[in-house]
Amino acid sequence: MAFASPNITAFAVEATEFPDLARRYQITGVPKTIVNEEIEILGALPQDAFVEQALAQFVERHRGTETQRH
Amino acid sequence: MSLLSPGDQQKLRETFAEMIRPVRLLFFTQTFDCETCATTRQILDELPALSDRIAIEEVNLVLERDKAQKYGVDRAPAVVLLGQNDGGAEADSRIRFLGAPSGYEFISLVQAVLLVGGRSSELTDASRARLAEVDRPVTMQVFTTPT
Repeated sequence: MAFASPNITAFAVEATEFPDLARRYQITGVPKTIVNEEIEILGALPQDAFVEQALAQFVERHRGTETQRH
Repeated sequence: MSLLSPGDQQKLRETFAEMIRPVRLLFFTQTFDCETCATTRQILDELPALSDRIAIEEVNLVLERDKAQKYGVDRAPAVVLLGQNDGGAEADSRIRFLGAPSGYEFISLVQAVLLVGGRSSELTDASRARLAEVDRPVTMQVFTTPT
């Protein structure tokens, strides 16, 4: 995903080597993905579901009239 | 002595032969307080021997702060993958590894090298469409363990 989008940076973090990070993000199981410190995705998801969960909040805000999601 | 068996080395050599672009791995290390820096160096040192498109550059996290900052690295060991854009200039892949790439993470590192080296991505059209819409900086951290 990082390779495909200039706006995305991806870190693969070895949780046991960095207990401070594991604590900060409450890593009790892996894989766990943290997106912009806001979104947590636990476990491995099918690609489309993962992309949607990870990025839904970070896509164009200015497309036509503001899209409302309810 | 190599960490990889001769059979694994041969398999990797064949896999890396698919690469069409060079990949440079920036290895951020520090002398003190880094239990796994030596292991990481040992793992990374295996790679250039398996493909002439792979190069490793060691960067001292403490002494080369500017570089660390440039790539958003604040701890060691860390590996940053640099590729090449269509014009042939070096380009940040924005893919980083924190911690020793051993065990399963070694496979992830190999996959990342292949991707940056030009292998086609496994993203679906739907994923690509979504990715194209991202209009602000996003940092993803994927936590894993070696096994």
